[in-house]
Amino acid sequence: MKHGMVLVFLFTITILCANSFHATDSPWDDGKAIDLFWELSPMTRQVSIHRLNENGNPVEVHKSTLAEGSFTDYGLEANTHYQYRLTAYFADDNLTLMADSNTREQWFFLRKLGFLLLLLIVSCAIIYYIRAARNGNEFFIRRIAGLDSMEEAVGRATEKGRPILFVPGISDLDDIQTIASLTILSHLAERSAEYNTELIVPCRFSMVLSAAREVVKEAYIKVGRPDAYKADNIFYLTDDQFGFVAGIDGIMLREKPAANFFMGSFYAESLILAETGFATGAIQTAGTAQAHQLPFFVVSCDYTLIGEELFAASAYLSKDPQQLGSLKGHDFGKLMIIVLIVLGVILEILGISALKEFIAGAVS
Amino acid sequence: MKRSLPLIFAFVVGIIVLISEFIPHRPFNQIVSTLENWFMIISGFAILLGQISLIRMNANKIANRLPDWQYHLAGLVSFALMLIFGLLWGMQETPGLMGDGQGISAYLGSKPFDYLFENAYMPLSATLFSLLAFFIASAAYRAFIIRGFESNLLMITAVIVIIGRTSIGTMLTGWLPESLSFWHIPNLADFIMEFPNSAAQRAILISAGLGIVGSSLRIILGIERSYLGGDK
Repeated sequence: MKHGMVLVFLFTITILCANSFHATDSPWDDGKAIDLFWELSPMTRQVSIHRLNENGNPVEVHKSTLAEGSFTDYGLEANTHYQYRLTAYFADDNLTLMADSNTREQWFFLRKLGFLLLLLIVSCAIIYYIRAARNGNEFFIRRIAGLDSMEEAVGRATEKGRPILFVPGISDLDDIQTIASLTILSHLAERSAEYNTELIVPCRFSMVLSAAREVVKEAYIKVGRPDAYKADNIFYLTDDQFGFVAGIDGIMLREKPAANFFMGSFYAESLILAETGFATGAIQTAGTAQAHQLPFFVVSCDYTLIGEELFAASAYLSKDPQQLGSLKGHDFGKLMIIVLIVLGVILEILGISALKEFIAGAVS
Repeated sequence: MKRSLPLIFAFVVGIIVLISEFIPHRPFNQIVSTLENWFMIISGFAILLGQISLIRMNANKIANRLPDWQYHLAGLVSFALMLIFGLLWGMQETPGLMGDGQGISAYLGSKPFDYLFENAYMPLSATLFSLLAFFIASAAYRAFIIRGFESNLLMITAVIVIIGRTSIGTMLTGWLPESLSFWHIPNLADFIMEFPNSAAQRAILISAGLGIVGSSLRIILGIERSYLGGDK
């Protein structure tokens, strides 16, 4: 009997001494996460962690079968005190441990250091080439057929006496692709104003509508044709994705534009638009950075701006040396990425993953 | 002033948003969420602008009896119906000006707005989306016509992926021994999707990412001004 009691006592001591649970603020973050660590007896069958809210009511945040592990509780309030309760379940007993910590906002996201360095290098390269262009250096920029075709498309529409249709994507003004599409619209509007060809711009969002109207109006004024500007040709259709597509399809079938431009962000509707345009016999140019939609545009359109070409369009069309200089900066970025990829592959083959982890943001 | 004020605003906001991506401390994280809220508020007001544009454009075409004016009339009537039903009896749990419209809801089975949404809008939307299947077939037919080396390669790759994604692929080469399992059509299809396809897509994404960096820098530094409507 005495021997048995000693064994139970030793067992209890072993469990208590071997078990630990602690919480610390996640380092180098926005103060919205707490790291939880536990180290329990190997006899642990299940672990359940609860966060105690202001009223002391527990909310389960994590469940595990590991005797030793960690978990990061995200989505917390910054600069707040949090309490956690860990319950470890053994074969015929359980153990409760408590831990607490404060969340703290930091002054730098260390795991984004790799991104910051890459961004700085690319930005410096772009600024360097812009300055070089300002100083009179000339850079070779490869031809982009899709943009060279703009003149051809406007010319064809003028000859046929039919309008040009420009769709600035289906995203709102907070998408950089929509901004890029508006810069292309500006150049297209200048050409259409010069040739006195009607330009139709249906918009999915009111913000895009007002920006597109301003862009086209300014372009018409710039070439001295403010009288030719028709505000009603730039109009709002609907916020609904497929309603918008139905509206554009209707315009393509009724108005029969001689040239269609689909520039910006597109999703499932890309092929419906491009195939309808193809059926009407229009000369079509598309541009998007949505990799999944590019094959559809490549098949159905005469010219496609792939990825970065959409963002380079304005610089390419403006022929402004400063903007062309920035395109050289892109090329430097591409060269740097090629070097990093090759270097990364070699290091991974050698079993060194530091570069991959640094760029992937694993440093913490 | 008309140009310089938006340029200064774009520069300041661009720099703040850029900094906040790397500095999680207040005030930067709060400024970004405030800016996002501002965007939402401005978008909300801009909706009115869209509605005015919609009504004016359609009304002009109807008034001038332009070709196919009936379609524009149908559009305006649909818009007015949804607006009136929504205002009068609300939608789902939200009551309208005349309450929940229990009488008309009992007759239709749901509120008039919801009834039209489920029985007119949803089928129309689904119909348009389903057209995609036919457009894919016609586009694929054109893409796979053998004109040269590239289109030949495209067709062979597409056939492997299409067959590999169906049970026919498993059936055709299921008899291959384990040592030749790479040539099993579903495995070949997986290989094509996982390696060459992913590599090409990532190349496009990386170059687009660089394009975004360059484009954003040009806008922040005021070199790119086309989106404001002009250069001067």
